[in-house]
Amino acid sequence: MVTKTLNVSRKHEIKEKFYLIAVLQGMWITLKYFCRGFFLWKSYTINYPEEKRNYSQRFRGMHFISYDENKIENCTACYLCQTVCPAECITIIAEERDPLKNPSGVWKEKKPKSFDIDALRCCFCGMCEESCPKDAIKLSRNYELATRTREQAIYNLDHLKREVKGRG
Amino acid sequence: MDLINIVATLIKIILLFAISLTAVAFCTWLERRGAAWIQGRRGPCRVGPFGLLQPVADGIKFFFKESFVPEKSNKFFYLAAPILTLTIPFLAMVSIPFAENLYILNHEIPMRIARFDSGILLVIAFTGLEVYPVMIGGWASNNKFSVLGSLRAASQMIAYEISMGLALLSMILVYGTFDMNEMVRFQEKWMWGCFINPIAALIFWFSIFAETNRLPCDIPEGESEIVAGYHLEYGAMKFALFFMSEYVAMIMASALIATLFFGGYSLLPGFSLVEKGIVALFSIRSEIVNHNLFIIFQLLSIFLKIAFFMFVFIWVRWTLPRFRFDQLMDLGWKILFPLALANVLLMGIVSYFFIYR
Ligand code: SF4
Ligand code: SF4
Repeated sequence: MVTKTLNVSRKHEIKEKFYLIAVLQGMWITLKYFCRGFFLWKSYTINYPEEKRNYSQRFRGMHFISYDENKIENCTACYLCQTVCPAECITIIAEERDPLKNPSGVWKEKKPKSFDIDALRCCFCGMCEESCPKDAIKLSRNYELATRTREQAIYNLDHLKREVKGRG
Repeated sequence: MDLINIVATLIKIILLFAISLTAVAFCTWLERRGAAWIQGRRGPCRVGPFGLLQPVADGIKFFFKESFVPEKSNKFFYLAAPILTLTIPFLAMVSIPFAENLYILNHEIPMRIARFDSGILLVIAFTGLEVYPVMIGGWASNNKFSVLGSLRAASQMIAYEISMGLALLSMILVYGTFDMNEMVRFQEKWMWGCFINPIAALIFWFSIFAETNRLPCDIPEGESEIVAGYHLEYGAMKFALFFMSEYVAMIMASALIATLFFGGYSLLPGFSLVEKGIVALFSIRSEIVNHNLFIIFQLLSIFLKIAFFMFVFIWVRWTLPRFRFDQLMDLGWKILFPLALANVLLMGIVSYFFIYR
């Protein structure tokens, strides 16, 4: 096979060939940045564990299940999230809800007995949140998902019902 | 050589060691911090105030790491290279004067470790040796990347040694002496060497970058091409010695440049009058005490200059990208070498007709 070569002209003017000026320009730029860091302490880095980056409201992080004023979860165990989840990481076991235990709230027939989300499989697509008719399951802005064991990464109902302010 | 001279020499050796190793520690901090500032980052800021204790933490880490020797390496040379690499820049620093002679108890103590009338030749000899530990280390560790790195180092250093030597030669023509004290006195009286001979200053400056393996010429350890080059197989304190030697070599080179081209231990031409005036303010009668006080100014000014050039080393490193190998060789053999030769001729003519008339 004949290889075709393309000759790109690399002709520089005399001024450009004398790289010293370009080098000095570059040094001037870095000096400006150095002084900005040295005198003004300006940096784009965030001191992570002390300061945290504020993500947008639409950020999809750790899941939570919202609850009403009686600490009763809004979820009615309709299985919509479990069905829509592309990663198949939601496992719900439903049971009947005792109507007496929720006198003031809206009457719901079912409630989840257990509600597990395997965060290791989850792809944080947010489809569970979109599909939920009761706005029960939501994704918070918490991005610190690291755990010590794999079991801890499977969120159960207690964990999901933790207190989350706004979107976390 | 009497007792006082021996003691003074020992003290000088210890001081040089202590000061330059502390400076090395500080420089590694400044290198990382300066890089961070230039790139809009923070740099090491956790250990101690402003992260200043980071070098100490690094040192502790280096000491406690496992010190291993690769099985197929040449053990003797493998272990000899890190020792040599730190020794040679220190040896080169031996004859660089840091001030005029000091007078203590009627003894004249030169402010450099060894008194050589031809000090500059000693410096050239020892900077020439700097390539050997690199070659030995790369070859003895029996790793193809290391060998590639040391080959690159050898060819690069030979290429730039020549233009560096020629630049030095032109300066020797200008000053008419091998004695570095005399060179400083010359610059004090006339003007800085870099104004008399700017081309040599440029050539020398660039060759120094190649000699010390600093960016933009750190081809022997080009991380993206040959992992870490000649010190790839070195770990723990042995690597730290290579690392420190780079900075010691930089300090040595800074001192050399300051002495040759930027007035050495006299701050500015004619500034010694001001310094002597300040000393005279103390109104001390004794001539000798005045002279010794004056030496403090000289020490301070060369310290200032070395610090500035160290900063330039770091500054350049975080500005310029690495050269390609063929570009570096082109620059060394095709541009700097002829230029340096022509410059020697030019300086010969200039010094014959203008300086030594
Ligand atoms: S975010 Fe997506 S993958 Fe994760 S649980 Fe919800 S639907 Fe499943
Ligand atoms: S979280 Fe929402 S979608 Fe999922 S089972 Fe409960 S109510 Fe249905």
